[in-house]
Amino acid sequence: MNAFQKNWIKIGKLSDIPKRGSRCVKNGDLTIALFRSADDKVFALEDKCPHKNGPLSQGIVHDGCVTCPLHNWVISLETGEVQGPDEGSTLSFPIKQDGDDILLGLQTSSDGIK
Amino acid sequence: MTQKLVIIGNGMAPGRMLEHLFEEDATAYDVTIFNAEPRVNYNRLMLSPVLSGEKTYEDIITHDDAWYEANNVTLLKGAKITEIDRNLKTVTSEAGVVASYDKLVIATGSNPFIIPLPGHDLDGVLVYRDLDDVGAMLTAAKSKGRAVVIGGGLLGLEAAAGLKARGMDVTVLHLMPTLMERQLDPAAGYLLEKAIKDKGIEVLTEVNSKEILGKDGRVSGITLDDGTVIDASIVIMAVGIRPSFSLAKDADIDCNRGILVDDKMQTSDPDVYALGECVEHRGDCYGLVAPLYEMAKVLAKNLTGGNAEFTGSVTATKLKVTGVDLYSAGDFAEADDREEIVLRDAAQGIYKRLVLKENRIIGAVQYGETTDGPWFFDLLKKGTDISEMRDSLIFGQAYQGGASLDPMQAVAALPDDAEICGCNGICKSVIVTAITDKKLNTLDEVRSHTKASASCGTCTGLVEQLMSVTLGDTYDPSKVAAVCPCTDLGHDDVRRLIQVKSLKSIPAVMQELEWKTSCGCAKCRPALNYYLVSDWPGEYEDDYQSRYINERVHANIQKDGTYSVVPRMWGGMTSSDELRAIADVVDKFDIPAVKVTGGQRIDMLGVKKEDLLGVWSDLGDAGFVSGQAYAKGLRTVKTCVGSDWCRFGTQDSTGFGIRIEKFMWGSWTPAKLKLAVSGCPRNCSEATCKDIGVICVDSGYDIHFAGAAGLDIKGTELLGHASSEDEALEYIVALTQLYREQGHYLERIYKWAKRVGVDEIRSQILDDDIGRKNLYQRFVYSQKFAQHDPWSERVSGKDKHEFNPLAIFGQEAAE
Repeated sequence: MNAFQKNWIKIGKLSDIPKRGSRCVKNGDLTIALFRSADDKVFALEDKCPHKNGPLSQGIVHDGCVTCPLHNWVISLETGEVQGPDEGSTLSFPIKQDGDDILLGLQTSSDGIK
Repeated sequence: MTQKLVIIGNGMAPGRMLEHLFEEDATAYDVTIFNAEPRVNYNRLMLSPVLSGEKTYEDIITHDDAWYEANNVTLLKGAKITEIDRNLKTVTSEAGVVASYDKLVIATGSNPFIIPLPGHDLDGVLVYRDLDDVGAMLTAAKSKGRAVVIGGGLLGLEAAAGLKARGMDVTVLHLMPTLMERQLDPAAGYLLEKAIKDKGIEVLTEVNSKEILGKDGRVSGITLDDGTVIDASIVIMAVGIRPSFSLAKDADIDCNRGILVDDKMQTSDPDVYALGECVEHRGDCYGLVAPLYEMAKVLAKNLTGGNAEFTGSVTATKLKVTGVDLYSAGDFAEADDREEIVLRDAAQGIYKRLVLKENRIIGAVQYGETTDGPWFFDLLKKGTDISEMRDSLIFGQAYQGGASLDPMQAVAALPDDAEICGCNGICKSVIVTAITDKKLNTLDEVRSHTKASASCGTCTGLVEQLMSVTLGDTYDPSKVAAVCPCTDLGHDDVRRLIQVKSLKSIPAVMQELEWKTSCGCAKCRPALNYYLVSDWPGEYEDDYQSRYINERVHANIQKDGTYSVVPRMWGGMTSSDELRAIADVVDKFDIPAVKVTGGQRIDMLGVKKEDLLGVWSDLGDAGFVSGQAYAKGLRTVKTCVGSDWCRFGTQDSTGFGIRIEKFMWGSWTPAKLKLAVSGCPRNCSEATCKDIGVICVDSGYDIHFAGAAGLDIKGTELLGHASSEDEALEYIVALTQLYREQGHYLERIYKWAKRVGVDEIRSQILDDDIGRKNLYQRFVYSQKFAQHDPWSERVSGKDKHEFNPLAIFGQEAAE
């Protein structure tokens, strides 16, 4: 637990993300897509569709899911699991909402944030 | 190594064989098909509806180009094989293409028999076998006049009915006393003759043709044995088919009346198989589709290491002439050891006859009322002893066991192995299992999963009844396909209700029309957004989150997440200044690829999303606006240089194209809209495969629409002629507005036209002057709100968040 620890990082405000829309956060080479649902919940997934690496942040957000802009795969915002007949999953990250602030949970190790 | 399978012929039998083959083992063979016809595989049974105009070629395609691609099949169209070399194991085409094979399948089908009458080689003597023949008949039908059909069998009567439907006078000449004497007994033949005559077709029986008369090398008439002369502009020979086996015979493969095959569909050469109408099996040649499909199944199994056998089959016949119900199966000649049961109802024109031998049905003829046909055929094939139900047998299945007349119960009572679809040999249990296991709800789904009713379609009613029985009330045959799983409503209903209920926002639509999900899905939201944009200009606020990414960021997303940017070049015209500005942008933003598009624009590919604003800003400074190459809306107006430069140009096609584009840019349509204007009928801007195309002529402008040159290829339909540019613009704009108001989201203009009807559209635009002017005005009004350059809006700050990350941290930020 000393080497790996969950770190909550404040990354912005709810109002920064459009309703049923998305914004990105860059962490080194990793791009994380933040989604805001119609009922103002925020979710975080790696910005990469398990199918052909399509940028999920560019998709349409609906009913707890996002549809990838490249080939219409549907991915659950909550779990990162692919819905329907296709299979696969995308990395998902924990989010805390503190009032208007959004906090992203990342593991930190001694050599930096992961 | 994968074995090489070469198939000669691309008719229905080899097409079906491949479907089975890929089901068994998709990777067993490298498949190459040589098709003498210049096209893909289509449903030959449906040629008659194409001839009569009830269907189009597109409707009857079985495998489109995409199917061949998806299954890795090499299809050589218009490639006729002229030689088989069994020693080298190669085939050679007319054009000299040589292909080697490990296994060869010959499926050369049959040739129509041509009676060698004097004059049989005149222009206008046609046969009825493939789509080219239908094309030739349709061309001939345009000149009206009289068609003489020699042969009163299945094909001859279908051809006669089709030509009659196309407005020709038709005479059928038949050698025998009654029509279709091989399938019908004289009584049914008489009823059929009456029905055909009622359609206005002249039928002459017991006549023999003597000579086809010609004038200047073209048919002008026909003389009969008795000296009668009939004027004719075309003569159709439909007197039967002969297996086409000369290719096999030349290769010393054993042939008799056809290519001889054993029960495994193998010829005298163990590496060469044959199937379809070209074969002779146990002394029989087949011309109906059901046995061919059985052969296809058997051959596919044997090619993949199986051991299946074809042992011959009994066939049933249905005539595909609208308004004539006829069904016949088996043997119905009279003989001493046979009995018969006959039912006649002269008033209703019903005739049914069953031929029995030792208490089993061996032949069945039905005319006027054929619903029990499959049931009789089932009893016949199984050799069921019918003595128990003999008294009521002729009344049909519904009368057995005291059951009521309800057709649903009749279907429900059918045994599991009763054949529903004769063409494809699909029995009841296969359909029911598919419906329940795969949760099929629509006829189309059942067709695609089971093939039932996918060939001639005459069993559609039975399949629908079976769906009702299996699914209960949840199946409604009149039900239209829903927009998406969020609603049960179809596009038409949604569009109508948006108007009737004055629904002006997506939440209002979802609430009032009882959407099943809280905020829709990626299918319905863009559709609703379009309908509202189109129906309530100036009132509805466009919902960017319900648009696809391309329309949200005014560029086209590429496979790696970068974008392509296309500036508008009005009518395809540009200048040195514009080109210089584009070159500067390409250098400044290090854009990896630049390409000229099919719509006469320049496409910059590989732009990073963060750079989009900068690229637009620089292009905007040079006077460019967005080319909207991403939009379900007006894309491009392609032009030729017209009377400005071209020595053939009749009008200023470039100027008119630019005028149209400046008038219509920014408008949203159900799907993309591409236009073209050609300065003369040489048509250098390819206007006749566009959504809307203009061909300039000396007297004005021919306006075309509903072309396609993508997934489908289709020439345009002529909308009408305008004598001035203003008039032409009014037609084009009114047509676009009608499409905007009626089209289903993502439905291209040619699909809309097919759904609504070209004649209907033409009459609304051409005949209704007030209606057209209103459409024009509605378009003009909506343009007030649509013609804003999205690029300059975004450069000046609208939704700027779209292009920048919310936060950057981690190693990169730390460094």
